[in-house]
Amino acid sequence: MTDDVRDPRPVLRLEGIVKTFPGVRALDGVALSVLAGEVHALMGENGAGKSTLMKVLGGLHQPDEGTIYIAERPVKMTSPMHAKAEGVVFIHQELSLADELTVAENIFLGALPRKSLGRVDWARLYGDTDRILSRLNVGFDAKTRVGDLSIANQQMVEIARALTVDPRAVIFDEPTASLTDAEKVVLFEVIADLQARGVGVIYISHRMEEIFRITDRITVLRDGQYRGTLNTAETNEEEVTQLMIGRSLDLSRNASHHELGEIALEVRGLSCGKLFHDVDFHVRRGEVLGFYGLVGAGRTEIAETLFGLREPSAGEILLNGESVRIASPQDAIARGISLVPEDRKGQGLVLGMNCRDNMTLPQVGALRSGPFVSGGAEVEIFDKYHKKLDIRTPGWRQTVGNLSGGNQQKIVIGKWLSMHPEVLIVDEPTRGIDVGSKSEIHNLIRDLAAQGYAVIVISSEMPEVLHVSDRIVAMFSGQVMRTFTSEEVTEDSLIQAISGIEPGRAA
Amino acid sequence: MTDVTPDKIVSPVKEDTPVALQRRKLIAQGAIWAFIVVELIFFSVAGEYLSVSDKAFMDFENMLLLLKQSAPIGIIALGMTIIMINGNIDLSVGATYALAAIVLLDSMTWPWMQALGDSAIPLAWGLALLTGMALGAINGLLVWKTGVDAFIVTLGSMLGFRGLVFMYNGEQPTSHLNWTLVDFAEARFLGLHTATWFLLGVALLLWLLMTRTVHGRNAYAIGNNREAAVNAGIRVGPHMMINFMIIGFLAALSAVVFYSESGSVNPNDGMLFELWAITAVVLGGTKLTGGYGSVVATLGGVIAIQLLRKGLGHIGADTQTVNLVIGLILIAVLFLDRQLNRKGKQELRT
Repeated sequence: MTDDVRDPRPVLRLEGIVKTFPGVRALDGVALSVLAGEVHALMGENGAGKSTLMKVLGGLHQPDEGTIYIAERPVKMTSPMHAKAEGVVFIHQELSLADELTVAENIFLGALPRKSLGRVDWARLYGDTDRILSRLNVGFDAKTRVGDLSIANQQMVEIARALTVDPRAVIFDEPTASLTDAEKVVLFEVIADLQARGVGVIYISHRMEEIFRITDRITVLRDGQYRGTLNTAETNEEEVTQLMIGRSLDLSRNASHHELGEIALEVRGLSCGKLFHDVDFHVRRGEVLGFYGLVGAGRTEIAETLFGLREPSAGEILLNGESVRIASPQDAIARGISLVPEDRKGQGLVLGMNCRDNMTLPQVGALRSGPFVSGGAEVEIFDKYHKKLDIRTPGWRQTVGNLSGGNQQKIVIGKWLSMHPEVLIVDEPTRGIDVGSKSEIHNLIRDLAAQGYAVIVISSEMPEVLHVSDRIVAMFSGQVMRTFTSEEVTEDSLIQAISGIEPGRAA
Repeated sequence: MTDVTPDKIVSPVKEDTPVALQRRKLIAQGAIWAFIVVELIFFSVAGEYLSVSDKAFMDFENMLLLLKQSAPIGIIALGMTIIMINGNIDLSVGATYALAAIVLLDSMTWPWMQALGDSAIPLAWGLALLTGMALGAINGLLVWKTGVDAFIVTLGSMLGFRGLVFMYNGEQPTSHLNWTLVDFAEARFLGLHTATWFLLGVALLLWLLMTRTVHGRNAYAIGNNREAAVNAGIRVGPHMMINFMIIGFLAALSAVVFYSESGSVNPNDGMLFELWAITAVVLGGTKLTGGYGSVVATLGGVIAIQLLRKGLGHIGADTQTVNLVIGLILIAVLFLDRQLNRKGKQELRT
């Protein structure tokens, strides 16, 4: 990070921000100061107050106390429009684009250039858009339909939208959540470009490696309070984590060794159209088998095939040595294969239902007494896994949508454990889960293996895969490149394998 | 490996306490009944000054009659509730109602049925109810197997079933009066009319179905998040099919109860019933998007609408005015609901 472009005057400064909601002090005297040309990380666990702070900055919430300074001038942010007019723009984690419209229309949505009689000035629209796009160095043009773009490129459209106003400060909220490594590099270049233009960047992320790669300073929040600002160059992951959660997170290599049992699940030559082909692997009882690869390498699709959501085009699935056909999730569940899906809220939980009902959903049919579901038996199951998995909820009546990500994930895991599966497949076990709960989920996965479950973990985070797995299957473009044991795997060899580089031929 | 045992993380995210949760639920479910009370008070007071008749509005007999009159649409609305909780909608209920009525009345005129004397009655009932269930099954099967949206499927079947009604007897009414049936329909048990008993009975059964059985639980889950339901091993199609058969059955039951007494069906009967039923369901708080709603609250919605009609009539309003007012109230109620829910959500989003 070059220091010369850094202006000592902050472009943006928040001071003593207090925001209370009924019963909660969400922000308690928080300060944040972003210099021109600086990338400033904002870190904290889920619920630490990052989103509330950003909503205050964006004019969505009015602070009870405290002041926002833009270029050292106190400003009362009244609305998102106001924030934008002040040059404060947000790139949100969730994309808000209209799929059916072109890139240009999306970028200038609400501010289309006009000619007389309200007609759109198309020439100017496309001209302006192409100028912005050329700054971003992207491989698509103004007339592309947004729905046809990859997620990464859609994110670029969001960024382009931010650049239509000359921004003073740009806030990136978890921008890399759905990006591949190559796409991240492009994003970081864009951020560096903003930095070179003297824009202040606030970067919100849970990912330490990114924070240390691109930011200059780090401000940490915890429980709505300001915990300090660190110079990135002078600190390390441990110190930041400790500030965030008051203790350190263990992400060392998996080193626990217990006896492995029989092979629970074996897959031979499994293929599914273009999604993946000739996949072989097995997983033993007591073992955690990790699947690592880029987004789109076919890992999730394999899980979906094992769970009966996809029809394999070739190959064989053996459960306890016996060849089985899995035609539907009902089949899979009946045979003891369960799936904790990637998208917890969209695929794993019925958000409007309470904790108990979510947990017993696949087995209510077996909990009948007479024609009715036995609520007592359900509460019994819930109580058991409530304690066992240490799920933090005031009670089973709590609507699942109100729980934190980590506790929601535990509900999904508890749902399957209560049915005593043979094989548990966990797709992205800690996506969108805060640091503290991450280690709990990791320990839980190790514990389950120790208890004799065969566990398959699919993850896009290398430290996670290395931490929980006994063996790691590296996938590239629908194929298994190599299977590593935890003793032999190195980060380099793993990266080479998932990038499609043959071992030995790498430079 | 050092064992990490995280201490309790105190999250500032506000989570509902069980008591607060129960209270909120109670308010949500009780709103429609509070509305009914307001209506009763308003019409009683307004009736003192504006009434075109001398009778008091809150007259006990009058209220019993009101319940009886809400039965035809009420029974259908109860069925619509479970369809909508499941995430679907059924626009064909009015046509199903008319067709079932024709089957009921016409079948009793068939020579071999007439030869059976009064034992033709349960047979005619059975035929009508089977007709309803079969029509519902057609809807369910189409929604299940084609994957076309229920709105479109039942829009089509609404036109189709109505076509069948007209094919049956042209523009002519179908009539048959059986005095045994009329006696049954006009009978009262413990003060309540036969139709009222059917309304309450259906409400009780559906309430049990939705809150206590596996089918009910799964229907809620499918309506709330279909993909998660599939991932939990729930077979979505059969549950939808069952619900469509239930509402077909109920549309026929509604016809059976009503036409046993009236004895004559016009081919246009039951038109707009689907919209009245949906109005009652929505007024009761069930969400169009599915996954949320209550059979009991729909019963409240049905009574609230009937009260409005009767009450406005009581103070001298004509039918057009009544419809205008009901329409306005529906929109006002949903607007209010939205405002209240928005506030609630922001509170949680700390």
